[in-house]
Amino acid sequence: MTETAFIQGPVPAEKISDTIARHQSMAQIGAHSLFLGQVRADEVDGKTVTAIEYSAYEEMAGKELEKIREQTISEYGLISAQVYHSLGEVKTGQICFFVFTCSAHRRAANEACRFMVDEIKDKVPIFGKEIFEDESHQWKVNR
Amino acid sequence: MILTIKYFGMVAERTGRKEEELRLDEEACDLETLKSWWRRKYGLSNDMDSVQIAVNHALTDTCILQSGDEVAFLPPFAGG
Repeated sequence: MTETAFIQGPVPAEKISDTIARHQSMAQIGAHSLFLGQVRADEVDGKTVTAIEYSAYEEMAGKELEKIREQTISEYGLISAQVYHSLGEVKTGQICFFVFTCSAHRRAANEACRFMVDEIKDKVPIFGKEIFEDESHQWKVNR
Repeated sequence: MILTIKYFGMVAERTGRKEEELRLDEEACDLETLKSWWRRKYGLSNDMDSVQIAVNHALTDTCILQSGDEVAFLPPFAGG
């Protein structure tokens, strides 16, 4: 990957528009698919999540993300793929995860995007502490 | 042998540290031996069964550890 996949804090909207703009010079692309993960105000035992604090085993997570990106590009014949994930605090309503896939036609871009999101959730050592309004917390587990 | 042990998320919260160095008289040890040491040291029982272990950045269930290895105790992943 040409730049780090990790962003301190929420993924800014500019990161998404910049990524789209950067791919406009690749004229062989006919379809982009993108996934945005947003922090949800889950309710647990009457308490509401206000933010998630993300951390990662960065050395391993970086390698796993790159492996998944390369595998996805190769299996789906993509022209490009990008992934960004937040570290640190991301408040409810903010974006914590951005996956972007580009191909000649829509089907490959759509399927690859879904595959990449699932693989990252399953295989990349990222951890999330859900913070409640009373400052107590619980650890998020992907299902 | 010397091992670097790293803890993350819920596991780091339970152990009260993010990293430690473990010095053993043996030249090598298996993962089960390390897990038993860890459970004894921190008084953790089966509620930590969801913890996965990575040796030198790769997940593994069983392996022989050598001096210089980096072992990470990883709670359930929560990316996305």
